[in-house]
Amino acid sequence: MMWFAVLAGAAGCYVLKYVGSVIPAHVLEQPIVKRIVLLLPISLLSALVAVQTFASNQTLEIDARVPALAAATVALKFKAPFIFVVLIAAATAAALRYFGLAA
Amino acid sequence: MNAAQTEWNTARRQIVGNAASIGFAVAMYGVSFGALGTTTGLTIPQTMALSLLMFTGASQFTLVSTLASGGTALTAVIASWLMGTRNAAYSMRMTPILKTSGPGRLVAVQLTIDESTAMGLAQDEDAFEGRASRLAFWATGLSVYLLWNLATFIGAISVSAIGDPKSFGLDAAIAAGLFALVWPQIKSRTDLTVAFGGALIALAFTPLVPPGIPVLAAALVSVIVGWVTSRRLS
Repeated sequence: MMWFAVLAGAAGCYVLKYVGSVIPAHVLEQPIVKRIVLLLPISLLSALVAVQTFASNQTLEIDARVPALAAATVALKFKAPFIFVVLIAAATAAALRYFGLAA
Repeated sequence: MNAAQTEWNTARRQIVGNAASIGFAVAMYGVSFGALGTTTGLTIPQTMALSLLMFTGASQFTLVSTLASGGTALTAVIASWLMGTRNAAYSMRMTPILKTSGPGRLVAVQLTIDESTAMGLAQDEDAFEGRASRLAFWATGLSVYLLWNLATFIGAISVSAIGDPKSFGLDAAIAAGLFALVWPQIKSRTDLTVAFGGALIALAFTPLVPPGIPVLAAALVSVIVGWVTSRRLS
């Protein structure tokens, strides 16, 4: 199943890249298509952030991930580099769990 | 050596230098991706296959985190495709500039990602008969491809040995990494609405449907808002 996801995902992403090089320009240049293509990553990534922060399978809960994301937000506000944002979130969650302050 | 040649040499050095530094910056994401892949249940070859074959960071993070949150392979695949749609727009933009055909086209297509497109378009399209744009695209694409894959490998092998990823805060690191990807994309009030709308829909659907589906449902927000705002613009 994992190999299916990896290979099917990769094949589709290549096809998308290829399609752009052969279809007539006017199709993707329609305002509605351009807007949706631009907005898709925003809704998908935001949804992933929300799920990754609050969900455990099908239940919503507040645990160490929430303060960790708050710490990451502060780092992003100060324009910290990507690796720093990730590490500060990991460190916050790890510390809260280590000291038994959050699940 | 004539003046035009000297000028091109200077421009070329600068473009290649920029391409290398973008490659190193992206490598930081690559290490995180490699670590994420192997701690969420993919093997090292599977994680590497994503970086080598899919080679578009946001889709890779999407696929892996959807699987990690319990989504089925199918929902993870669809989410990664939706995330990859913007690459179609990129290659449409780059194709007339690159003027490639045959095998060169197939390679250029694979290297068409955020960074290579941004660098290619950042050059004056007519500068040095288009050579600047083409060099910027190819140098950035190749530099990112090389370093992204190297970094994925380093990330994948370095954490496949650790114990419970939660005790290292890896779940929080994934959330933060995805957040850092979307943060710079939110530039207007509409973007912010889409971001909050997507997040809320995903959370609302979480208790109701199997994992993975809530994220796909959130894509509807982009379709609706994109449709409404493009009508308003035209």
